[in-house]
Amino acid sequence: MKARFGAAAAAVALALSLAACGSSSDSGSGSSGGTKLKIGIKFDQPGLGLKKGSEYTGFDVDVAKYVAKQLGTSEGDITWVQAPSAQRETLISTGQVDFVVATYSITDKRKEKVSFAGPYFIAGQDLLVRADDTSITGPETLTGKKLCSVKGSTSAQKVKDKYPNVQLQEFATYSECLPALATGGVDALTTDDTILAGYAAQPEFKGKFKLVGKPFSTENYGIGIKKGDTAMCQKITDAIKKMISDGSWQKALDANLGPAGYKPGTGNPPTPAACS
Amino acid sequence: MLDIIEKYPILGAFGMTIYLTFFSAIGALVIGTILAVMRVSPVGVLRRLGSFYVNTVRNTPLTLILVLCSLGLLYILEINLADPKSPTSIVDNNIRWAIVGLAVYHAAFVCEALRSGVNTVPTGQAEAARSIGLTFGQSLREVILPQAFRGAIAPLGSVLIALTKNTTVASIIGVSEASGLMKEIIENETGGLPVFFVFALGFVILTLPVGVFFTSLSRRLAVKR
Amino acid sequence: MSAQSILFDAPGPKARRRHAIFTGLGILLAIGTLALVVWKLRAQGQLAPEMWTSLFTADVWTQYLIPGLINTLKAAAISIVLAMVFGLVFGMGRLSHNRAIRWVCGIVVEFFRAVPVLLMMYFTFNVYAVYDVFGADLNSLAAVVTGLTLYNGSVIAELVRSGVYSLPKGQSEAGLSIGLTPGQTLRSIELPQALTAMLPALVGQLVVILKDSALGTAITYPELLQQAKDVGTAYGNVIPAYLLAAVLFIALNYGLTRLAGRIERQLNRRGRPTRPTATALGPGADVVTDELAGANAFPGDATSR
Repeated sequence: MKARFGAAAAAVALALSLAACGSSSDSGSGSSGGTKLKIGIKFDQPGLGLKKGSEYTGFDVDVAKYVAKQLGTSEGDITWVQAPSAQRETLISTGQVDFVVATYSITDKRKEKVSFAGPYFIAGQDLLVRADDTSITGPETLTGKKLCSVKGSTSAQKVKDKYPNVQLQEFATYSECLPALATGGVDALTTDDTILAGYAAQPEFKGKFKLVGKPFSTENYGIGIKKGDTAMCQKITDAIKKMISDGSWQKALDANLGPAGYKPGTGNPPTPAACS
Repeated sequence: MLDIIEKYPILGAFGMTIYLTFFSAIGALVIGTILAVMRVSPVGVLRRLGSFYVNTVRNTPLTLILVLCSLGLLYILEINLADPKSPTSIVDNNIRWAIVGLAVYHAAFVCEALRSGVNTVPTGQAEAARSIGLTFGQSLREVILPQAFRGAIAPLGSVLIALTKNTTVASIIGVSEASGLMKEIIENETGGLPVFFVFALGFVILTLPVGVFFTSLSRRLAVKR
Repeated sequence: MSAQSILFDAPGPKARRRHAIFTGLGILLAIGTLALVVWKLRAQGQLAPEMWTSLFTADVWTQYLIPGLINTLKAAAISIVLAMVFGLVFGMGRLSHNRAIRWVCGIVVEFFRAVPVLLMMYFTFNVYAVYDVFGADLNSLAAVVTGLTLYNGSVIAELVRSGVYSLPKGQSEAGLSIGLTPGQTLRSIELPQALTAMLPALVGQLVVILKDSALGTAITYPELLQQAKDVGTAYGNVIPAYLLAAVLFIALNYGLTRLAGRIERQLNRRGRPTRPTATALGPGADVVTDELAGANAFPGDATSR
């Protein structure tokens, strides 16, 4: 019993010391003098906003970094804050983050609580199927098929309303849908095409899945900021415009979602709306 | 508040809660009894298997058990409990796997309740059974278990109440029972106290009579010593 | 294993043969099931080495699992402390001589024992998030703690009450006869004894709390299960990550259950039997420490429901 305890303690100590190493080596730029920013992103969406180990990657992350740079903040001065869907409005309105870049669709209901800069991307609900599946070519071929989505998501709700002949498996996260899709338990995964492309682009799933490429909704991704902060909105809008015009936008897209063979839908790159 | 009650199938959701509770309670009772017999049996391997089951299942979060039932057993091991071709196979499969998961989990507690019931049977009973030449199976069937069940009524009632409440976890694998519906209402409409109160009251109504019934039953059936 | 021998005779040659058959069947069943599962997992590519090797990299432990474990323990620790306070207050309230206090405490305790923890978490998380009560970092923790505290506090309140009820009547009579008030008797004579007898059940309740903290994943509290989910997302291996989480949970809770057993044995040695022994399972049969123990941990507690 004692020996086992010792072994466990040693394992914990080892892990802790590793933790110490990890944190000291990757962020050596604490004092660059620029203004600090707290940015809300998703931590669990591959290709968009993902925390893998101690690093943050994805298209949303790259957009956030670019905007931050334009605002005079270097990468080392950004504090990343996890912004789960349910908490995004609260995070912004209480000032716990400066802005949110987290697959945040601009809707009238949300505009009552926060303001948006952008859109910086136009996504649409699409389908992800097995690479060898030719029977699903778009939403109209879904009759009798089994779909997987996340419980309580707008994508799940839309499928339920629009395609009543489709069976829907609802899980807590899309990553639970993927093994079910791989074994054929479900036939397709549905949500925003960007999110789907992000999963398909993960090295672990390379070549296993493909996007159908017929989006059947339009989601304007915006950067959420405090309601009525026009000055901030203007600065961010300028940054988005610059990112699109100097090619960084395309580069970020290729780097994050390119491996899935993803082509952004019509309307991309978008023209950010004027701030009011 | 009234319009929400009209718009959402609250009674139906509680119906699902009762449905889940009923069938998993039966399953848990059957599996739990088998486990309890295994744990007091003369065969060492069965005893060990029984206690391995109880120690493993009892110490795993129910959330994890249900997710592993749906994702692991249904989708990865491809064990279908409903015809995969039927137009409602996903819903049926999830409900049935939720029942299996709930039964498997609570069986560990039923087993422990029965063991505590066996604990209330005086040594003399077992000795008397053996001395008149009953085999292990006979003495269990005729002497020990009937008394053990009567002694275990109160803890079994507690398991049933816990089971009723634990059906809420099935919402995590997409079974639309009461707590899942409440979450939906909170997200779409309002998260006010009245909504919570309606659902909380539903569970009070479901569990309180069970508690009262089992308490009086345990008193009535208690073996006079 | 001598405890079992009360239930059956020493096996003769025939019985030994029968037992051997059962043993073989049992082993076959266990190995067969295991083999079938492993074979199928392999066929589905879930046993591919890269699915598992990524679980044992330093990053996975330092960034996900250890913080998750700490969060689980944090939620459990705060909840057990608050639940004990809640339990003591309301348990004493139910023993009060004032009928109004007794009634109010009774209703509160029975209500929170009847409402599922998950329901409370959904509700309180929504309230905390909308009104931003504790800040985005702490809202989910607060909701988990609230749910766990209210439920387990009510269970502990019942433990306190039944613990006091199970004391010999002479204890309170002695207290009253030396001139203590009923309140003083409760606090200085009955409660201390009830609490020691409760100790194993309390540790058992801690196991319940630890396990139930995994419900926090439903409201995005970054506890162990949620972190395992994130590992599965980042490294594309949800199933292995969940299995690992299960092993960690089992190890943690099994350790705690063993601890509860040890505490109980120690108390027994000090001459405070917490349950009657010498029954068909024989003396020293191990303790029931789980939610069942909850309201029924004490003999003679028929009034708790």
